Amino acid sequence: MSLEIEIGFTLNGRPVKVRVPPTMTAVSMLREKFDLTGGKLACGEGECGACTVKIDNRTINSCLMFAVDCDGREVQTIEGLGSVKGLEIMQQAFVEHGAIQCGYCMPGMIMQARYVVDQNAGNEHKVTRDDIARGLEGNVCRCSGYTKVVDAVAAVVLEEAST
Amino acid sequence: MSSIELKTGEKKSGGINKVFSKKTVIGTRVTKPDAPDKATGKTIYINDMVLPRMLYGKILHTDRVHARIISIDTSAAKALPGVHVVLTGEDIPLLKFGTMRDNVPLKAGKVRCIRDEVAAVAAETEQIAAEAIALIKVEYEDLPAVFSPTEALQEGAPVVQEDHPDNRSLAYKFSHGDVAAAEADSDIVLEHEFVVPYVTHCCMGPGCAIADFDSAGKLTIYSQTQYPYNYKMDLAPAIGIHPGDIRVIQPPVGGAFGSKLDVYPFEPICALLSKASGRPVKLTFSREEEFINSPTRQPAEFKIKSGVNKDGTLTFRSVDCLMNNGAYTSWGPTTPIIQMRTFTGHFRVPAVEYNGLAAYTNSVYAGSFRGYGNVQATYVTASVMDMLAEEVGMDPIAFRLKNAQDPGEVTPQGSKLDDCKLKECIEIAAQKTDFLSKHETYAGLCKQPGRIKRGIGIATSIHNAGGAKIHKSDGCGSILKLDDYARATLITGASEIGQGIDAVLTQIVMDELGIPKADVTIVNNDTALGPWDVGVHASRTTFVAGNAALQAARAARKQILDAASKQSNVSAEEMDLRQGHVVQADNGVSIVKLDKLLRQMHFADEPELVMVSEYFEPDSELEDRNHVGNLSATWAHGAYVAEVEVDTETGEVKVTKITAVQDVGRVINRLGIEGQMEGGISVSLGYALSEELLIQDGKVLNPNFRDYKVPTAPETPEIELHFVESDCKASPLGSKGIAELPAIIPAPAIANAVYNAIGIRFFAPPLTPEKVARAIHGATTQ
Repeated sequence: MSLEIEIGFTLNGRPVKVRVPPTMTAVSMLREKFDLTGGKLACGEGECGACTVKIDNRTINSCLMFAVDCDGREVQTIEGLGSVKGLEIMQQAFVEHGAIQCGYCMPGMIMQARYVVDQNAGNEHKVTRDDIARGLEGNVCRCSGYTKVVDAVAAVVLEEAST
Repeated sequence: MSSIELKTGEKKSGGINKVFSKKTVIGTRVTKPDAPDKATGKTIYINDMVLPRMLYGKILHTDRVHARIISIDTSAAKALPGVHVVLTGEDIPLLKFGTMRDNVPLKAGKVRCIRDEVAAVAAETEQIAAEAIALIKVEYEDLPAVFSPTEALQEGAPVVQEDHPDNRSLAYKFSHGDVAAAEADSDIVLEHEFVVPYVTHCCMGPGCAIADFDSAGKLTIYSQTQYPYNYKMDLAPAIGIHPGDIRVIQPPVGGAFGSKLDVYPFEPICALLSKASGRPVKLTFSREEEFINSPTRQPAEFKIKSGVNKDGTLTFRSVDCLMNNGAYTSWGPTTPIIQMRTFTGHFRVPAVEYNGLAAYTNSVYAGSFRGYGNVQATYVTASVMDMLAEEVGMDPIAFRLKNAQDPGEVTPQGSKLDDCKLKECIEIAAQKTDFLSKHETYAGLCKQPGRIKRGIGIATSIHNAGGAKIHKSDGCGSILKLDDYARATLITGASEIGQGIDAVLTQIVMDELGIPKADVTIVNNDTALGPWDVGVHASRTTFVAGNAALQAARAARKQILDAASKQSNVSAEEMDLRQGHVVQADNGVSIVKLDKLLRQMHFADEPELVMVSEYFEPDSELEDRNHVGNLSATWAHGAYVAEVEVDTETGEVKVTKITAVQDVGRVINRLGIEGQMEGGISVSLGYALSEELLIQDGKVLNPNFRDYKVPTAPETPEIELHFVESDCKASPLGSKGIAELPAIIPAPAIANAVYNAIGIRFFAPPLTPEKVARAIHGATTQ
């Protein structure tokens, strides 16, 4: 077997250690080494956003990141957004607003949506639908036509502004 | 279980005297049952699946567009550790498949287009499979190639398929009335040419199949197919086995939109690799492979001649449609079947003819794509209608209303427009958008100074909304059972590809049986379990599968109420099922809890289970040889208005609003219907403004999301939806098919709005900034 490197990082709140080839991407590591198949390898070149995960405090196309670069970081995937008890508010909003059809892009879309709203924490009342749409422009969806996606995110903005 | 009374004939129980009011869920907003798992990343799509002992398949596609294969050297690939099987076209029998039986899984002798599969590998990892593919050496002798259908039809053109030396593939001819006489009598005759491009589905889940042969030679294939029962028939000849020996399992898929309505070579190749290796084999496309190898929408060149009298009456229409067949024939060149209906119907055209022809070339080939030929036809007809209106000095609304068909009319091709709502759709669309006033204002500002020009445009169309009888059967089967806890399972032939039939069928069962959403399970992913269905296409699923489910639910309901009636002094007609109870219909008082009744029925001296099967076949006709027949049990119309802003410096077109008015029969799931319409509009937005798969000399120039631009959230306009409900007698459920018109009508409405804004007509979508800017700063048409 070719060279592998051991890395350690926090994955969905828990410390992990794993050996990965230096050329392995983060999305492949998450899918193949941890069975976290929520994030998809749908283009492999950072154009569609289906592999979006959160690394430390920002979202990233995990197909463009080497797995070894996760070393020492905090990684959150769609599987770590909710809890065993239920759906996180953004996930719930996507369900209730009918944003999800085939759903293939949705783990990435929801991670990005959560990030967009978090970025505006405290300023929710200033967030417009255009702001939300611009925040999601790196995430391609071929089913929904985006209207219900933006509806869902706008509803979360409103709800979090009132709490 | 101690509280359960097994005695029959009991009239009272714990929940006694409770009152339940009538609540229908039809027409409400019901979320998709599979959405929570999709939102949390739990759903295992076919692309996520791993089976024990599974190998990974990979295909060597040719890099030539037309060439003789001199030799293929697979020795180095076979010697690579971890490789189990290497196959070429020489290793397998000639297995012809496809609409015209002109395709084979692995090509032998020659390659005809850039997609051609010359060898395939099954190996222990994806990486080893890719390394093995790189080790295969193919020697070719290039042949003269032809890429344009016009050139392909000329004498002496290179022959693409030896069985078709004239390069002619499918042809269509329809004629009604005396077109020549009508032309001679017309006050005005206009001729136009349109060219519509290759566009591709861009399913977010790239192509994938997992094939697994058992020891008895039977195949289980995990497939993205959206027509599983026909798929068995179409796949069998490509593998050389009996269709009955194929079991199709449909895991969740990342989109389909018509692209999975045929068998493509990678699927039989995957099966042949499994057969040869004795292992399950998974074959997945990369995004680049997906762009190059998956089917496209059918490109075409149209010549249309139209006649109109000075009073605004259409007199005749003559259409020539020349299609690039590509090297093999999938569903693309069959799309005239639907396309013709729009040219010949929805506006009254007394004399009309259509000639369609597909020519083999060394280009890529097209399949079906949401809208099925009507996307192209509607772009043409809706553009022409505006030009004719202007020619006779009428506004686009009045001109359309003058020529729109009425309820009860039968089109020249035999489409029965019993409950036609076209005029109503046009009137609502005009009124809701203040169309006429804006149209006049914008036209007046068109030649005034100013960088940003506004425009408004309308388009209309007709589409099959009660299935489309392209097979002898267009039906769907349903099996419904209830268990001892009043949990219902509906086993349906209808596939779920994201469109939301799971929610619709759940609602129908809930409504008829008076049980909650959580107590309904839909099973629809295995041909060994499910009854026949013709697949997700032709906007047919809610119509056909919905009515099949309704029949089954009504049969189960009857059985339940008859049993309840036997035990009480209330007749079945006076009872209803509400919120898990059998109740008296007039006052809602509970007679017995449903689960209790079901146990009583089950454990009685003469036991009975509630398990029913029903089949719904729409009242529609196959076309005759002259393309006449009521192909769909019902038809639906729509009128869409687009409002745009054109930046006259950059050529950028921004769609600010789409107002969609559509006859939907009856709304079943409001959330689902909105989602289908918004999603369809987005597909049409791409067709109008940004999407084109660029093919040069048979090669795909932009096989990635960077260069093939699908709409994203910021380009999405405001969308206003208006549902026109009609009395659709062909549908006991009341629903009509809805999901294709939204992908059909917006593009020409946008093009008409752009004309209103800048006075330039575009005969070849997409209206990219480059194309629009060139038109503004150069010629007047593009």
